Amino acid sequence: MNDLTKISSNPHTRSKITTGNIMLTVIVALLPATLFGIYNFGISALILILVTIGSAVLSEYFYEKFMKQKSTIHDLSAVVTGLLLALNLPPAAPWWIGVIGGAFAIIVVKMLFGGIGQNFMNPALAARCFLMISFASIMTNFQCDAYSQATPLATLKSGGVVDIFSMVTGKIPGTIGETSMIAIVLGACILILTGVIDLKIPGSYLISFVIFISLFGGRGFDYQFISAHLAGGGLMLGAFFMATDYVTRPITSKGQILYGILLGVLTGLFRLFGGSAEGVSYAIIISNLLVPLIEKITMPKGFGSGGLKHEKNVA
Amino acid sequence: MNKAGERMWNGLVKENPTFVMMLGMCPTLAVTTSAINGLGMGLTTTAVLAMSNLLIAMLRNVIPDRVRIPAFIVIIASFVTVLELLLEGYLPSLYTSLGIYIPLIVVNCIILGRAEAYASKHSMLPSFFDGLGMGLGFTVGLTSIGIVREIIGAGQIFGYQLLPLADATKGIQGYTPVSIFILAPGAFFVLAGLTAVQNKVKMNLASKKKETQTVNATASSCESGCGSCNGCTPKFIDDGKEE
Repeated sequence: MNDLTKISSNPHTRSKITTGNIMLTVIVALLPATLFGIYNFGISALILILVTIGSAVLSEYFYEKFMKQKSTIHDLSAVVTGLLLALNLPPAAPWWIGVIGGAFAIIVVKMLFGGIGQNFMNPALAARCFLMISFASIMTNFQCDAYSQATPLATLKSGGVVDIFSMVTGKIPGTIGETSMIAIVLGACILILTGVIDLKIPGSYLISFVIFISLFGGRGFDYQFISAHLAGGGLMLGAFFMATDYVTRPITSKGQILYGILLGVLTGLFRLFGGSAEGVSYAIIISNLLVPLIEKITMPKGFGSGGLKHEKNVA
Repeated sequence: MNKAGERMWNGLVKENPTFVMMLGMCPTLAVTTSAINGLGMGLTTTAVLAMSNLLIAMLRNVIPDRVRIPAFIVIIASFVTVLELLLEGYLPSLYTSLGIYIPLIVVNCIILGRAEAYASKHSMLPSFFDGLGMGLGFTVGLTSIGIVREIIGAGQIFGYQLLPLADATKGIQGYTPVSIFILAPGAFFVLAGLTAVQNKVKMNLASKKKETQTVNATASSCESGCGSCNGCTPKFIDDGKEE
């Protein structure tokens, strides 16, 4: 059609940013952690990652085909979901764990609630928690060919001593993508520099977590203890890649900071007083559920509203 | 006797308490961890429902309107107590696995609901069959939820090992049970899934009924119109592909 005769309603100026672009940036930002995971745990990790991504994408494709909807797999969001889920799986997990997890994340958590933008909690984390409850022995078994010792957080919980240096570089047991702090921070820098995320949520998350840990950890402001908690487990991956998910985070700045503080407190609570050593995924999905309430109390007032008359109406 | 059949059909399918009216959710979600628990809970509720409906219909002209709810509760609670003692005596294993949910049948909203909505306004026989139909509908709902949860969550059906379990320590290949399905969240997944399936089946039946009606209606008036209708269908599919 001729450009001159093309008539459309506003907005007439469009940004080049699309869902696909953002998702591609997230995938690139996740590459350092992914590659390090494959290097660290070997070829079985690569197979698990590919199977999980394949399951997520195919689930979305066949669900939309079956429901006669327009296919949305080209926006890459299913790839991101599959990749994030795979990075949260232990490297020794069998391949069918990835298949079930990917299908659950996409079909139950995302598509049944209306597809992209409609899910009320992070699909990858919801699937991880589903797998965690269903197959507890497989999901908490971090022993594989490369490692036979307990994860640093489990050692820390039982009062042992951990090596901070290997926790920062990532030569430790854990899930595929969470072990290397350097790789994750490198990816996070890509996201921040490209403007995909800002520091409000990760910043308030990590700061409130450090404060909570030093208040209630029983060791005061112990540098070793706090840095081990920061580098261990899925905290970094969760803070930069999952808590900042556009769909399930609050919209307003005030709300995002409140959400970060909530995440930090919940994570600290689960890690220090909970039954298992790790609590990031539960903290994030519980906070996801509280986002509507956070939005309600941080809703900005429209110009001219407020004052006596407004309060009267509310009351 | 036609009335009785209609009441049974109404309880089992048309107004199924579990999948259509969404009543009695507390026992539905809590006790359906296995098929036998669902069946036991359903049949116990059926017995209470049928008997209390019968008695309430019998006494409907005697019970004063103002105190009808307490009166209903007393009648229901009496039957529940009788059944609780019977279960404890004759089916102790079912009694222990259903636990607190047996006395809680007293406050099951299906029973009070049918007493208020049907039995207090109708004669004895239809009320009895209404209770029986509703109870059996509840039983079908609970048992089917229990069967699905037991198969997925434990690989069993009515306690019989349907799928051989995997044992990693002995190196045996087999089914790894998805244990979330016999935990609380599984009840919600299965209830939602089965409700969606029965809604879909009902919608398909309803649209088929409508189609045959319209075909019957139009068949006499336009014999020639069918040719053009057939022409439309392939074009519609082409449009879909272009998108």
